[in-house]
Amino acid sequence: MKGLLNSRRTQWVLLAAALSLPFLARALEFSFLTRVGGVVGLLMLLSLGLNVTLGYVGLFDLGFIAFYAVGAYATAILMRAHVAAPLAVVLAVALTVVIRFLLGLTILRLRGDYLAVVTMGFGEIARLTFNNLDALTNGPKGLQVRPWRPLSFLGAWKPLEFVRKESNVQFYFLIVAAVFLAAEASRRLEDSRVGRAWVAIREDEVAARLSGIPVREYKLLAFTLSAVFAGLAGALFALWDQFVTPESFIFWESILLVAIVVLGGMGSIVGVLLGALILGGIPLLMEATLSPQWIDYRYLFFGIILVLMTLFRPQGLLPSARREAELSS
Amino acid sequence: MSGAAMLTLDGVHAVYGRKIRALRGVSLEVRAGEVVALIGNNGAGKTTLMKTISGLLAPEKGRVTFQGRALSGLPPHEVMRMGLSLVPEGRRIFPRLTVMENLEMGAYSRPRGAELAREYEHVFTLFPVLGRRRAQLGGTLSGGEQQMLAMGRALMAAPKLLMLDEPSMGLAPVVVDKIFEIIARINQEGVTVLLVEQNARRALKAAARAYVLETGEIVSAGDSASLLKDPAVQKAYLGL
Repeated sequence: MKGLLNSRRTQWVLLAAALSLPFLARALEFSFLTRVGGVVGLLMLLSLGLNVTLGYVGLFDLGFIAFYAVGAYATAILMRAHVAAPLAVVLAVALTVVIRFLLGLTILRLRGDYLAVVTMGFGEIARLTFNNLDALTNGPKGLQVRPWRPLSFLGAWKPLEFVRKESNVQFYFLIVAAVFLAAEASRRLEDSRVGRAWVAIREDEVAARLSGIPVREYKLLAFTLSAVFAGLAGALFALWDQFVTPESFIFWESILLVAIVVLGGMGSIVGVLLGALILGGIPLLMEATLSPQWIDYRYLFFGIILVLMTLFRPQGLLPSARREAELSS
Repeated sequence: MSGAAMLTLDGVHAVYGRKIRALRGVSLEVRAGEVVALIGNNGAGKTTLMKTISGLLAPEKGRVTFQGRALSGLPPHEVMRMGLSLVPEGRRIFPRLTVMENLEMGAYSRPRGAELAREYEHVFTLFPVLGRRRAQLGGTLSGGEQQMLAMGRALMAAPKLLMLDEPSMGLAPVVVDKIFEIIARINQEGVTVLLVEQNARRALKAAARAYVLETGEIVSAGDSASLLKDPAVQKAYLGL
């Protein structure tokens, strides 16, 4: 089962399935489905990023959403300064990486719960900063972003004509591509010498140091790399929604990301993708289909899932082989 | 057999935790090619001393010199790069990495792309059982095999001085024999050895010289044969 899920062919099948979603949504006349797909895709991207620090190295981060916010705000501000959108994305990702690097430099000497508390604090500080730095962020009123339609050219081809008008579909395709690249990058990291050193650090930090692994540098590397994913997700989000407010980056979102990684299986790429699909997709679909008085029950659904998981599958839905061994022994 | 001083400790003080003064002015010397033992009871400071030499712990005072260069303050991966490896107490292999991956981690301080085939070959010659279990997860090995893996991992860095912290801990006597045989063999191949043991008799048999550590201080030193006859050592460490 695991081998099948990780095989090359399965990857392409999943990609094809993902790409066909907008056509399915069109056939069903349920275009909201594409929107849900895009939101889930952004969650996948973020979760894959968190997976690098939490899954591979075991560093607890409860403020990851702050870097999504940095990517989004940086993009919004650059777009308002009339920077070309692709350049804005690149600069926003770079800025996110730099900020995370600087944070990592100062806080990575902490471990476990202490690190979790400090990252949580950083997440809140970031949100409050965006909320109050009126000159740059326009405070709680948020920032408008000028429209950008990167894939309109696809509409030149008859069967894809509808794409020209629908920004949801255009961004959906972009997000799918980003998730695919992120998953591929994660897979390569995992299989590399660096990836194995991260596992060694997670297993026994002292032994890792005595093996000659520069532990501090490698933790910082993982911490910093995860910001590429978060910054990219934030940039895509800002360009897609054309509106950024501090409200999108509350603490709950950081918790959701941790829940996704834990539910799916820490350190497992397919697990994390599945986790995002379940915890991200189902509440959104409930929101769209249930009558208003039921909507708040989606949090109940959340609670039930997490309780059931802790009881029956603490290693996650599709854990990595290593994690499975850790929890079964 | 022994040549110039390889490792020198000069008045090393170290603090363990926040206030426990675990080392109070330790001075010792290991010469190239030797096997030197460090014996002492639980809590004497043996492990703290190993941690200080390997760079896990910075000395509070004093100097650690390796081949004429100061080690104090260098992180472990740089200490290893200079040719000094520690097999830690309790083995501390990576249970969820395979035997091969454990060994690969041991070579981390080597320059990227270094020719490691010879090192793997060497480790598998010393410990044939590791070669047979190369694809197995470290955690599934027996205690003795894990000790061998920990030693193999340290050897992957091609050390000039190998330090072993309690290599016999928790192992059956027949396995301990085997481990000490291999330590002797590694030494014959030109690697200097500093051995920390609670099992004083074993250590004194394996080493030519030894230091006795008591509550953070070296209380006696000399060649193993005379320490074995020293009444104080006999009483305290050999149970005679």
